[in-house]
Amino acid sequence: MLILHCPYCGVDADETELAPGGEAHLKRFGPDSSDEDFEGYLFHRENPKGVHFERWRHANGCGKWFHAARCTTTMEVFGTYSAQLTEPPKEICDKISGKRPGWSWRIFG
Amino acid sequence: MSDVVAALQGAVYDGFAKVEAAGPRGMITVKGDLAASVLKNATTGVAGVDFPGQGEANCVGEKGICWMAPDEVLVLVPYAEVPDAVGRMEKVLAGTHHLIANVSDARALFFVSGLDAREVIAKLTPADVSPSAFRPGQFRRTRLAQVPAAFWMRDAETFEVICFRSVARYVFDLLKTAALPGSEVGYF
Repeated sequence: MLILHCPYCGVDADETELAPGGEAHLKRFGPDSSDEDFEGYLFHRENPKGVHFERWRHANGCGKWFHAARCTTTMEVFGTYSAQLTEPPKEICDKISGKRPGWSWRIFG
Repeated sequence: MSDVVAALQGAVYDGFAKVEAAGPRGMITVKGDLAASVLKNATTGVAGVDFPGQGEANCVGEKGICWMAPDEVLVLVPYAEVPDAVGRMEKVLAGTHHLIANVSDARALFFVSGLDAREVIAKLTPADVSPSAFRPGQFRRTRLAQVPAAFWMRDAETFEVICFRSVARYVFDLLKTAALPGSEVGYF
C-alpha cells in the first residue's frame, strides 16, 4: 500500500484515496510533429525496476494533481512535488542519489 | 413554493453510536485565491467565523467555513439564508476571479455522535481519525468505503459527515452497519 503526501492539502493520502495518472514529465508532441515523436508521446513509456516518476491525483480529497517519485521494487516513496514543475526538484533528486546511486530515468539522473 | 426536503431527512439509527440524517443545510462552494483578503472578508462576513487554515473547519452551530482545497472553501449557513449569503458574497467579490456555487441541494449531511463515534468513522475511511491525529477543528476530505465524503468534528463526540446527495442512502447504510451494536472494536 502506497501512502503519498499530497503537496496541496498536506494530507498523507492512502493509495485508495488517489487516482493514478501514469508517467510524469511527458513532453507533448501534437500537430506538425514527426511521426516518431508523436508515436513516442502516445505510446512509449518507461517501465523501470527501481526509481520511477509518476502523476497522481488526490481524487477523494482536494482533487489536485501532483507528482511522486518512488521505487517500483521496494515501494519506497522518495517524495512528492507540485504538478507545475517540469522536472523533479533538486532535493528529491539528491535524496534518490543518496539511496540509489547511479540512478537514471529518461533525461534525469 | 414546494417544501425543501433533505435526503433521508429525519432518518435515525441508534447503534453503539447514533447516526442521524440532518435536515437541509446551506452549503456554498467558493473558489478563488484563498490568500486574498477580499475572499476572506466575503466568506467570514456571511459565516461569522474565522477563516480556516489548511485542513481546518471553523464551525459554530449551522454556520461555518471548511477548507476544501488550496483554492476552495465550503461556506455553511442555515438553508434559508443561502440566497442572501450568495448575494452578499457576489457583491464583495465582484470584479475578482472567483466562483460561487450553491451546492446545498447536491449534498447530504449526517451526524454521528456518541463516545465511540470515532470508531464508526474509522471503520469506513483510510484517513487517520485517532484522537491524536484528528480533533475538533480539523477537516478531512476522503472517502467512506466507495464514495467521496468529508467530515469534521463538532465536538469530541460528534462527527458531521457530508457526501453527495445521490449516495446519501449508501452512506447512511454504511454508517448504520458500522455502528451495529456488538461490532465495537474498542481500538481508540
